Amino acid sequence: MTDPTPVRPAALSPGRRAWLRFRRNRLGYWSLVAFCVLVVFSLAAELVSNDRPLVVRFDGQWYFPIVQDHAETVFGGDFDTPADYLDPFIREQITRGDNWALFAPNPYGPKTINYFAELPNPSPPSAANWLGTDDRGRDLLAQLIYGFRVSVLFALALTVVGVLLGVLTGAIQGYFGGRTDLAFQRFIEIWGSMPELYLLIIFSAVFAPSVGLLLVLLSLFGWMGLSDYVRAEFLRNRQLDYVRAARAMGLSNGQIIWRHVLPNSLTPVVTFLPFRMSAAILALTSLDFLGLGVPPGTPSLGELLSQGKNNIDAWWISLSTFAVLVITLLLLTFMGDALRDALDPRKADA
Amino acid sequence: MNTALTPLLDVRGLKIGFGGRTVVHGIDFQIAPGEKLALVGESGSGKTVSALSLLRLVQNAEVRGQALLGERDLLALSERELRGVRGDEVAVIFQEPMTALNPLYTVGQQIAEVLQLKKGLTAAQAQAGTVELLASTGIPEPARRAGAYPHQLSGGQRQRAMIAMALASAPRLLLADEPTTALDVSLRGQMLDLLSDLQRQHGMAVLLITHDLNLVRRFADRVAVMERGHLVEQGGVADVFARPAHAYTRMLLASRPQRDVVELAAEGSPVLLQADRLEVAYPVPLPGLKGWFRKGRFVAVKGADFRLGKGRTLGVIGESGSGKSTLALAALGLVPHGGELQVAGTAWQACRGLAAQRAVRRRVQVVFQDPFSSLSPRMTVEQIVGEGLSIHHPDLSLEQRRARVVAALADVGLVDDPQHGGDWLQRYPHEFSGGQRQRLAIARALVVEPDLLVLDEPTSALDVTVQKQVLGLLQRLQRDRGLAYLLITHDVDVIAAMAHDVIVMKDGSVVESGPVDQVLSAPVHPYTQLLVQAAA
Repeated sequence: MTDPTPVRPAALSPGRRAWLRFRRNRLGYWSLVAFCVLVVFSLAAELVSNDRPLVVRFDGQWYFPIVQDHAETVFGGDFDTPADYLDPFIREQITRGDNWALFAPNPYGPKTINYFAELPNPSPPSAANWLGTDDRGRDLLAQLIYGFRVSVLFALALTVVGVLLGVLTGAIQGYFGGRTDLAFQRFIEIWGSMPELYLLIIFSAVFAPSVGLLLVLLSLFGWMGLSDYVRAEFLRNRQLDYVRAARAMGLSNGQIIWRHVLPNSLTPVVTFLPFRMSAAILALTSLDFLGLGVPPGTPSLGELLSQGKNNIDAWWISLSTFAVLVITLLLLTFMGDALRDALDPRKADA
Repeated sequence: MNTALTPLLDVRGLKIGFGGRTVVHGIDFQIAPGEKLALVGESGSGKTVSALSLLRLVQNAEVRGQALLGERDLLALSERELRGVRGDEVAVIFQEPMTALNPLYTVGQQIAEVLQLKKGLTAAQAQAGTVELLASTGIPEPARRAGAYPHQLSGGQRQRAMIAMALASAPRLLLADEPTTALDVSLRGQMLDLLSDLQRQHGMAVLLITHDLNLVRRFADRVAVMERGHLVEQGGVADVFARPAHAYTRMLLASRPQRDVVELAAEGSPVLLQADRLEVAYPVPLPGLKGWFRKGRFVAVKGADFRLGKGRTLGVIGESGSGKSTLALAALGLVPHGGELQVAGTAWQACRGLAAQRAVRRRVQVVFQDPFSSLSPRMTVEQIVGEGLSIHHPDLSLEQRRARVVAALADVGLVDDPQHGGDWLQRYPHEFSGGQRQRLAIARALVVEPDLLVLDEPTSALDVTVQKQVLGLLQRLQRDRGLAYLLITHDVDVIAAMAHDVIVMKDGSVVESGPVDQVLSAPVHPYTQLLVQAAA
C-alpha cells in the first residue's frame, strides 16, 4: 500500500458503530432493556392479569377458560351464562377434591368488577387488590397493565405512520426541490395552521370514538414536524458528490433516493423516535383525560388520571397511574438522549 | 536577520496530546523578532495544533513543554493572563475568513472592538483607526468597506479585513494559519506581498503555517518541516530547499507532479467530447416584488467550444466561480445546457428517457474533488464500486460482479493481489485515507469501462505527496486504456503535468485555449499570464 494510513482490520458499518456507541451509554441502554421487558410483559398481559383461570382441571376434564367461554353450568352452577370465576361458589367448585385451577398472578381483567370487595369502591390497596380498585370496583393493577399496553401500542402505531408519512413527504420535497418543494411547503403551512384540538372534538362528536379514528386523526397532523427535518437532510445530501456520481452512473431517481440519499438522511428520524413515542403516549393520555380519547371501557391511563382527579381521596389511583406514566416517559427520554449521542457524528468511537 | 538577538518566542519540548494520544512529540523552535518562520507539513503533521496551542486555542489538548515569549512562559500563564497576550502581543489569522469573522457584525465593528479593548481607544478614535487599518491592507474605499458585513466582501477582501483585525493591536508575533489556502491562486501572491510589506513596516515576527512549498520559498526566512508530530528539519529557506537533509523534506520537495503522458497528436484520435457554443445558465432569485413572478438568469458558461480526442487530456483552468465545475456537470449531462454538446457523437439533448441516457452515461464517468463527500458513508466498498455494474451489466452473476470489482480495485492500486482482494470489499469509506478514497472513486468510475473521465479537481483536497501518486495513477490508466480526461483544476502544476490541451476560463467565458506548451509558456490573455506567474 502506498498511502501512509494503515487500514484497521475490523470493518464495522456506520449503523453498527452507532449501536456500539449507544451501548456505551449505560442509562440509555438499560432504559431500552427495561422498556422492552415492560412491553413484552404487557403484551402477555392475559397471562399475568386475567379474571379467568389459565387452566382448569374439573371432574377429570381439561378446560382452558383463557381461550374458551364456558357456561356456569359446566362447573355445577345454575345459570347458562359464562362463568364468573371470582364467584366464591364457582371457585369452590373448581378447587374441590381433585379439581384444581391455575389462576393468573393477578386474578382480574381490565373490565372485571370485583363484586366481592370488602370495602366500598374505590377501595384502597389490599391483599385482594394489590393496588386497590377504581371507582367502579375494577382492579387498578389490571387497568394499569392493560392501559400501558394500549398506550404503547397506540404510540408505536402513531409513530410508525407518522415516520412513514414524514419521511415520504420530506423525501419528495427535499429531493425534487423547486416547485414541488414550494407547493408542499405551502400546503404544510396551511395544514399545520388547522386547529387540531377542535377538529378532534368535532370529529369525536360526529363519529363513534375509537382507537382507529384517533390514530387517523392524530396521524393526519403528526407527520409535519418530521417531514421538515427529512426535507432539510435531503436538500443537504442530494447535492453531495456521491449523489452526483450516482446520477452520472445512470441510476434512476428512485434508486438514488432509496440507496444513496435515504440511508444518509435517517439520523433525525431515528433520533426523534423515542421522543415521538413519548409525545404520542402523552397525547393519548391527555385526550383520554379530557374524555375525547378511546371509547369508554377501554383501559386507559388518561381515564385513570381523570378518575384520580375526581376521587382525590383515593390517592392510590392518581399516584400509581402517575408513577407508570413518569417511568414510561423517563425511559423513553433516556433512550432518546442516548440515541442522540450515539448518532452525533462529532462523537468519536474510542 | 540577526539571529544573535534573544529570540522573541522560544518553544522548548512542546508536546501535545488528545485523550492520551500524543500528536506532537516534543518540538523545539525559536522565532527572532521580525523573523518570518514557516512551519511546513502535510495534513495530520501537527503543524496547526502546534501553533494554535501556544495560545491555548485548541480544545481538549494536553499541552506540555515551554513557550517563552520574552520572560513569560505562555504555557504556564493563567487563562486570565493569557487573555492579555492573545490578540495583543500575539495575533492570529485563520484559514477561512468567512467563518473566522462574525457574520452579524460589520468588519469595522469587529476591528474597532479590538482597538477599544486592547488599546483603550474611544469609539470615535477606534472608528478612525479602523479605516486607517483597512486602508493599510489595500482595501479600496476603506471607509465604506468598514460598514460592510463579511458576506458583502469578496474572499480576498475578507482576508484583508482579517489581517487588519490582527494588526489592530500591533502584535509582536503573528500566527498565520494557512492564510491563503481559501483564496484563488491569483490572489495568493498579492496576499503574501501584503503580509510581507506589513511585516516589514511593523517589524513583527510571523509564524506561517502552510503545506504549500511555493509560499515558503517566496515568503519565509527560515523553514521548519514537520512530519507526524516530529520536527524533522529546520534552517534557512535557501539552505533547506537547496540541500534538504532529511528524507521527508526531500520527498516533499520532489512532490511536484511529473509529466508522464503519451504525446498523442490531436488529429489522429477520434473525438469523444465536442462542444459548440456550449452555454449553461442557472435561475437566480430576483430582488423585490418582481422576484415573486419570474427568476433571473445567471449564465455560468458562456459559449464554450472545445474538442477532446481519445487518449488525450483537456485541462480546464480557472478560479472559483469561473464556471469550470459547471462545465464538468454539463459534460456529465447533469445540468441542462444550450448549444451543442456531444459525447462520442451523441448529443445529451437527444437522449430522451433513462435507457438512452444510460447508454451515454456508461461512456462518461466522473471523479470529484472531495474524497469525503464523494463516497456514501453507508455503503461498503463492494456496493460503491459494484453499483455501476448492477446498472450497466445487470446480467452479471454475483461472483462475476465481485471479480470485476476486485479487478477495478487492483487497477487503481488499492489491492495488490487480485486473488486476495476480498477482505477489502466489506469495508466502509471512513476506514480509508483521503488518497485511498480518491482511488476508490476512480475505481467506481473505471468499473463500467468508460471512454471519458471527467476529473473535477481530483487532487486538490490531497496532500502533495499523495497528489503525486494519484496523478501518476491517472497517467498510467490513460496510457494503458487510452482514456480521455476532462481535467478541471485551478492548479497550473497539475495542468502542466497532465494536459495536452488547455482552456482558460474566467467569469464563464473561455479567454484562452490551445496546446499546453503554448498556453503555459506564452500566455496571451492577461489573466492567463497572472495565473502562470502566480504558480511559478
